[in-house]
Amino acid sequence: MSLATNVTWQSEDVAIDTSISPPSGWLDLNLRELWDYRELLYFFVWRDLKVRYKQTAIGALWAIIQPFLTMLLFSLFFGRLAHIPSNGLPHSVFYYSALLPWIYFSSALHNATNTMVDNQKVITKVYFPRLLLPMAAVISGLVDLAFGFVVFLGMLAYYAIEPGRAILLLPFFLLLAVLTALGVGLWLSALNAIYRDVRYVVPFLIQFWMFASPVAYPSSLVPERWRWLYGLNPMAGVIEGFRWSLTGTGQPPHAMLAVSTAMVLILLAGGVVYFQKMEGVIADVV
Amino acid sequence: MSDIVIRTENLGKCYRIGERERYLALRDLLARAASAPLLMFARKPPSHNGNHRNANRLSGDYSHLWALKETSLEVRQGEVVGLIGRNGAGKSTLLKILSRITKPTTGWAKIHGRVGSLLEVGTGFHPELTGRENIYLSGAILGMTKREIIRKFDEIVAFAEIDKFLSTPVKHYSSGMYVKLAFSVAAHLEPEILLVDEVLAVGDAYFQKKCLGKMGQVSQQGRTILFVSHNMAAVKALCNRAILIKDGVVAASGPVADVVDDYLSGAVQGLNVREWRDPADAPGNESVRACYIRILPAEGKPVIDIDSGAQIEIGFDNFRKNINLSLTIRVTNSEGILVFVSNYRVASDSDSRLGVHHAECRLPEHLLNAGRYSVDLVFVKDQRWALLQLDSVVSFEVENTATGRGASMIVAPGVIRPLLSWAHSLAEECSRPDESPLALSRMENV
Repeated sequence: MSLATNVTWQSEDVAIDTSISPPSGWLDLNLRELWDYRELLYFFVWRDLKVRYKQTAIGALWAIIQPFLTMLLFSLFFGRLAHIPSNGLPHSVFYYSALLPWIYFSSALHNATNTMVDNQKVITKVYFPRLLLPMAAVISGLVDLAFGFVVFLGMLAYYAIEPGRAILLLPFFLLLAVLTALGVGLWLSALNAIYRDVRYVVPFLIQFWMFASPVAYPSSLVPERWRWLYGLNPMAGVIEGFRWSLTGTGQPPHAMLAVSTAMVLILLAGGVVYFQKMEGVIADVV
Repeated sequence: MSDIVIRTENLGKCYRIGERERYLALRDLLARAASAPLLMFARKPPSHNGNHRNANRLSGDYSHLWALKETSLEVRQGEVVGLIGRNGAGKSTLLKILSRITKPTTGWAKIHGRVGSLLEVGTGFHPELTGRENIYLSGAILGMTKREIIRKFDEIVAFAEIDKFLSTPVKHYSSGMYVKLAFSVAAHLEPEILLVDEVLAVGDAYFQKKCLGKMGQVSQQGRTILFVSHNMAAVKALCNRAILIKDGVVAASGPVADVVDDYLSGAVQGLNVREWRDPADAPGNESVRACYIRILPAEGKPVIDIDSGAQIEIGFDNFRKNINLSLTIRVTNSEGILVFVSNYRVASDSDSRLGVHHAECRLPEHLLNAGRYSVDLVFVKDQRWALLQLDSVVSFEVENTATGRGASMIVAPGVIRPLLSWAHSLAEECSRPDESPLALSRMENV
């Protein structure tokens, strides 16, 4: 088919060729298309944030209150009463540095799980790469993380703790956190669109996961030889990494981190494949 | 010859319909996986012949429905194609596949150009956001770039006539305002190919006219439009080609007028007579069953035409004793306009009798204009409750044999063709044009 040349198009893009066929094979990922739709990703994130902040009375404050209050609770019960070690850090800093990525992860998972079902009306009426929705869910949580981070800087200043050079690795750990949330989020959002009771499993899953991650306790509690197994939990690497780079104390989590990173990549790859495969079904079933 | 911008080949879509609940539960999946793990990987492709049960599959009992079967069509650039057919024929499914919302089960389609789909009014709107914010959101979801939206923002607001309400959350809009804004955003999409699904049926008459006008504008710009609608008048006005979808396949394709007539006439043979000899085939229920309905030319005439009218005969079997029974026929023309409704009270004193009834009436001459008409028949109880409704059960054609009206073979316009008796007389005679009183008074005023 040749490009029609007898009409001047007013649109800004060149006319594109689309091919529609039944789903086949394992991977149908069109990165070029995702890039083309990047503006829509921005709009989805913008929408989620606007709606979230319009609805809550406390608004942006919640992004600070949640980690802060949890940190107080943990400091009291785990730190002071249960005497769980904290790597020599003041309890508040110890917990807060882990709660930052953790709360981001759990809220990203919640949002991602519900995203396909909540956007049912749009999915059934317009085409856009469905991958944008879990991506937007995972990215919009970063704004809350940023607010929480600002508070953390205040805490560091208060306790006169210098992070050290490890903080340069923070972007890497942040990326790892985002990819973990995305990987798991893709699985959950696809599953929830098909099996509607998944959203009820998620809160339990997250609670369970929290205890399996070094949020309330340091990973040094886990015996050295089992630490690689512990690393199969991708959040273990993420949280220890955050804690280490933000506070500069504790061991750089080598082996555990390596295992965690590998897990993240596997989860992400699996998530993308599963999500793509299910896209066709989701549109019919959601 | 313009280029082909949409081509489909053997496009088919099969839906699985759950028998009980549509939503599956993970617990069911896990239970079945535990009891028969290998069954998870068994895969049996659904067959083409209608519906069939496929029990013991992983996701529970379900049956298949082929919403679309082997549809092949071509649309050229610049064409405005109407997609018509009954509800459930597969038109919306076809549009959904072309919009890439759902994936086909068989076949393929190729599209050349940016596609904009208008399958619903208000796509992407969020009730908590303001009008302004929703314009951006909806525009972006529909496919406009941020620059485009900014550029067209004022036009969109003007078309929707909501300048004063831009900062109000959309949940406070009246439904009319909502529809106007939603359509306005969608109308300013400028894709090369536009897929529209019956969205013009919303809003008041003034707004509908505006929308039709806008669609006409869009088609004049050389864009290709695929338009699903039940409004035959709109289809005839806007489209140059039409495709009739029937039971999931392309039944007809060609010039608008022909295909629309095809649709209204129902089937290939002349359907002005429907008789059901076998009660098992006849449409009916526990209250009443139709036996026949015939629209015949007037006595002694070869065809139904304007000057002789028609004879309507209806036979039915009544199963309910002692109720107020009446029947109603509704006559609709080929433009979808309801021309008239006629009601006859079979039994108005709660005294209906069991058995086979015969009702007939004369459709007067000099009433209907030439053209194709479709008839609905409804059996009603107490002038309120429909006992049996037969939509488009029969159709007939009124010919223009032009007898007694002068030699004109051109069909005069209009829904009806009454023969009016005109009378004329000379009010005042004068010998020269300028002597008439009116002429004199005109000269005085000059």
